[in-house]
Amino acid sequence: MFIFVVSFLMYLLLVWSGGAIPLIEVLIALILASVVTVAFRSWHRGRKISTRGLDPKRWFGFFHYLFGPFAVGLAKANIDVAKRVITGNIRPGIVKVNPGLTNDVAKTLLADSITLTPGTLTVDIDEEGSFYIHWIYVEDENPTEEQLYGSFGHWARRLAE
Amino acid sequence: MFLIVGIFIIIGLGFNLLGAFSLYRFPDVYTRLHGATKCTTFGTLFTMFAVVAYSLGRLVSTGEARFAVFIIHGAVAALVLLITNATGAHAIARAAHRSGTLPARAVVDRLEEKEEAKGGTPR
Amino acid sequence: MTIYIFLFAAALVGLLAVAVLGRLVAGPTIADRAVALDTMNTLVVGLMMILAAVYDSVVMVDIAIVYAGLSFVGTMFIARFIEGEV
Repeated sequence: MFIFVVSFLMYLLLVWSGGAIPLIEVLIALILASVVTVAFRSWHRGRKISTRGLDPKRWFGFFHYLFGPFAVGLAKANIDVAKRVITGNIRPGIVKVNPGLTNDVAKTLLADSITLTPGTLTVDIDEEGSFYIHWIYVEDENPTEEQLYGSFGHWARRLAE
Repeated sequence: MFLIVGIFIIIGLGFNLLGAFSLYRFPDVYTRLHGATKCTTFGTLFTMFAVVAYSLGRLVSTGEARFAVFIIHGAVAALVLLITNATGAHAIARAAHRSGTLPARAVVDRLEEKEEAKGGTPR
Repeated sequence: MTIYIFLFAAALVGLLAVAVLGRLVAGPTIADRAVALDTMNTLVVGLMMILAAVYDSVVMVDIAIVYAGLSFVGTMFIARFIEGEV
């Protein structure tokens, strides 16, 4: 359901060129969204149609996250990496942390956030949900979640679990 | 508008330059991924902001709907770039580790320890 | 006047995309080359956006979106190849 609505709206957004949208474009958008949804369901059989992804509170939370903590983290990450590029002060290593997430969407959101924030890069995720993270300056060989990515684990849990 | 666009372009170009430079500066794949992914994504985002700010100025001064379309498409391009770059970097890092490239000068490598504990192929 | 800033930026980003070629040729492992290619793709997307503003065409932004998606598919395919699963 989520995929259907998002692909429908995205097509209309990209096809809009000032003024009203003709009816034929809406029909094409409906057909294309149906094709995408059917293809997705044939890859992931047995998934129920759910409307969890359409909850407006989640969407507001997502945009709040994108323009609030995430933007600040992105800016800090880039200044940090820029300093390291210039000075060459690195102490790399791969550390392990388990945030205890079960949902695939939450894992993806957290992994992408980790990759774009200070000095960390997700390398692998195993079956138990442990993240293996490449850290450009290892401060602690057994780090806590707070040290690695601050409040992002809390946000991922709130938005997608 | 001239000033805002100029500042955005200068920030974007600076980070792009650092990202390209980090490819030659760092010793192995993982650290290069850090520099290349973060800095070029951030720099390209800022050049896109400059383009969006420029079209916003044109939209206000001329009032043509064409520039609104420009802004929407630019925002979609920025979002696509943000998601695909992070995921692509993750895929390259995982593939590099699985193919046996170990991080240079690493102080700790938990993933390699786990592979050895599982009795995987020694590298 | 602002056009000249954009033209200058486009020239510099193009130069950077060429400068990355050194790592693409010299990289000791395939993963290094994949990183260089990924960086180059990102820079080309930025270049397309700037040129779209200079030449005032919305179509070029659409091409940039499609290019970003296709370069992502290419990167994923190279990653699968490095893992040896293709």
